[in-house]
Amino acid sequence: MRLSFLTKAPLATLLLLSHTLLAQQPVSNGVEMADKLRADGKIWVVVTVVAAVFAGIIIYLVRLDRQIGKLEEAVKSQKETKLKAQDIKR
Amino acid sequence: MKKNWWKILSVLILTYVIFQGLLGKVPRQPILNESIRNVYFHVPLWFGMITLLLTSAVYSVRYLRSGRVDDDLVAVEFANTAILFGLLGCATGSLWANFTWNDPWPNDPKLNSVAVGMLMYMAYLILRGSFDDEQRRSRISAVYNIFAFAVFVPLIFIVPRLTDSLHPGNGGNPAFGKYDMDNNVRMVFYPAVIGFTLLGVWITELRVRLRRIKVILDD
Repeated sequence: MRLSFLTKAPLATLLLLSHTLLAQQPVSNGVEMADKLRADGKIWVVVTVVAAVFAGIIIYLVRLDRQIGKLEEAVKSQKETKLKAQDIKR
Repeated sequence: MKKNWWKILSVLILTYVIFQGLLGKVPRQPILNESIRNVYFHVPLWFGMITLLLTSAVYSVRYLRSGRVDDDLVAVEFANTAILFGLLGCATGSLWANFTWNDPWPNDPKLNSVAVGMLMYMAYLILRGSFDDEQRRSRISAVYNIFAFAVFVPLIFIVPRLTDSLHPGNGGNPAFGKYDMDNNVRMVFYPAVIGFTLLGVWITELRVRLRRIKVILDD
């Protein structure tokens, strides 16, 4: 039976996902972990908050990147006009 | 946008690290408990720092070979970001140690070596500030930077292995296998190293571009 790529890809993802799902079976060896927190402790809220902080920092970096880019353009064009002025003088 | 793909990659990886790192499955270890997740956020800072310092040293070598001021400028900014990562690494490590080793700064060879290393790089920045002559400043600090890296690596990789350390992977000669990692952890940890390193390169790139503009304006 030959499967086309389109059928293979979802199968492969399913296999990959099931691997982690099967590994989720809790092995309680007496070590305390935050199992309940993950179940109903709203840990998702914390993760979202951390993600928001990270997003904020990234947006800040992107804006800084753009501003520096604009400055670079300005400096470049200024330099060119200076060079042109010198050429005209000669 | 073509030149900036790695910045997007860094953001994607770090987003994955935040979600998978906080919600994914981790091994059950006594004492560590859930704090094992710090491996995704504390350790990559150090890996990133070492990569940035190596790049800084390489640019210092390039400066000494070519004499181009630009190479020296890049070297300083890589060192600057590396020091930022190092300070964050110290702070996060201190927090983690406080709750797992019951001491914010235990007398551990790895910590003390890192403290010495950080001081060496602080001295690098002070050294740079103490020259008026630009060429002398670039030259001497480039040589210092190379030596600093050459001392830093044995300090944090070899010295802790000669004695015993609280950090995993020290004392004797274990490879990566001795860390308390399973494959779930590795799936997040290795991307985290790449993501944080790329973030460091991004910050460095911004600072380098700013410095280049300043150099042009000074002319």
